[in-house]
Amino acid sequence: MFKEVKALILKDLKLEWRQKYALNGILLYVISTVFLCYLSFKHVDPITWLTLFWIIMLFTSVNAVAKSFLQESKGRMLYYYSISSSQSVIISKLIYNILLMLVLSVICLGFYHVVMGNPLENKLLFAVALILGSSGLASSFTMVSAIASKANNNTTLLAVLSFPIIIPLLVMLIAVSKNAMIGNPWMQSMDELITLLAINVIIVTVSYILFPYLWRE
Amino acid sequence: MKNPWWKIFTIALLLYVIIGGFLIETPKLPILHETIRNLYFHVPMWFGMIIIFTVGLVYSIKYLSNPTQENDSVAVEAVNVGILFGFLGLITGMQWAQFTWGEWWSGDPKQNASAISLLIYLAYLVLRNSMDEDQKRARISAVYNIFAYAAMIPLLFVLPRLTDSLHPGSGGNPGFNVYDLDGGMRLVFYPAVIGWTLLGIWIMELRIRLRNLNFKYLYRN
Repeated sequence: MFKEVKALILKDLKLEWRQKYALNGILLYVISTVFLCYLSFKHVDPITWLTLFWIIMLFTSVNAVAKSFLQESKGRMLYYYSISSSQSVIISKLIYNILLMLVLSVICLGFYHVVMGNPLENKLLFAVALILGSSGLASSFTMVSAIASKANNNTTLLAVLSFPIIIPLLVMLIAVSKNAMIGNPWMQSMDELITLLAINVIIVTVSYILFPYLWRE
Repeated sequence: MKNPWWKIFTIALLLYVIIGGFLIETPKLPILHETIRNLYFHVPMWFGMIIIFTVGLVYSIKYLSNPTQENDSVAVEAVNVGILFGFLGLITGMQWAQFTWGEWWSGDPKQNASAISLLIYLAYLVLRNSMDEDQKRARISAVYNIFAYAAMIPLLFVLPRLTDSLHPGSGGNPGFNVYDLDGGMRLVFYPAVIGWTLLGIWIMELRIRLRNLNFKYLYRN
């Protein structure tokens, strides 16, 4: 199982590296979205800074993660099915997408920081929020994109299915980053951090349990 | 009527709730005044909604372990009736909010959470309608139902406790228990919860029977 997961992640990485257009496309998407926001807002107050950042992250993850299942052809899915268990497929997809989102969030934050400034006080807390946030976004979108890929590969459907599910995560993230911005002590955002962690755990566990049923054709 | 006893019981309970709800003496409280009677209509809608959505969840899990058309019918009709209750709860709540908090929509976390959970279940219906093959549709929407319910738990039970709320019982406001301990309010409130939930189950049962008959008719020809 461990070997299967490793092989599948390596396969995804290689695929990404060979078809560079997808990766470059999503990078360019992040950068142009940030730049677009910069040009339309110019100066923002700190609260808007946070909210805007997480909204950009939300749309980045829709575009980055959505393709994880929408992209795979039916024949290739059948091939995976014959050589590996469904659990290793979902685990590998989850790990791969979480890694992808972590990289993208760092790039996004870097560029955002350059053009929009940085009102953060407690940078470490924000980094923790960023890690929990990108893994939460990545894992929820992975499962929902698997569901949407079964239903006519419709991207509108992906947004409709996932946005209401994402909202608790987003609310928690904005609350934590607000604390990070004001520089409140860590203890004050403990509740939110625990909730974020719990949401991550719930989503990953439920995906792991449910994916085999989705997969069977 | 098939199995009439619990249905007669439901009708009796609801008649009692409506008559008693409007006539029995209630505590005189500032701000709330007579709107306190909305307690018998607004709150049971949410109890009913959560109970009925949970029934849907149970039948979705059942469907995955035992894929029969009957299990799927229960799951989808539970969602339909749950959405009806959700909308009724939202409307009665908004009206109440207008009289007591001064706004139709005051951004209260519970108000927002309920609107979001309705969005989730409406998305479930959109997902169902996007597929036409019966078994695939049933299986995939069962998966989404379970996933969405799991993702909704933090929304309904954790978030309102972390943020300030105008609702009683959270954000430093006293719970309703403090108010209605005295009078006959409990005598009407508990029957109201049971009555409205049973009414929901009744509607659900009728719709499930209709759906199953449709299926039988479809496959006979």
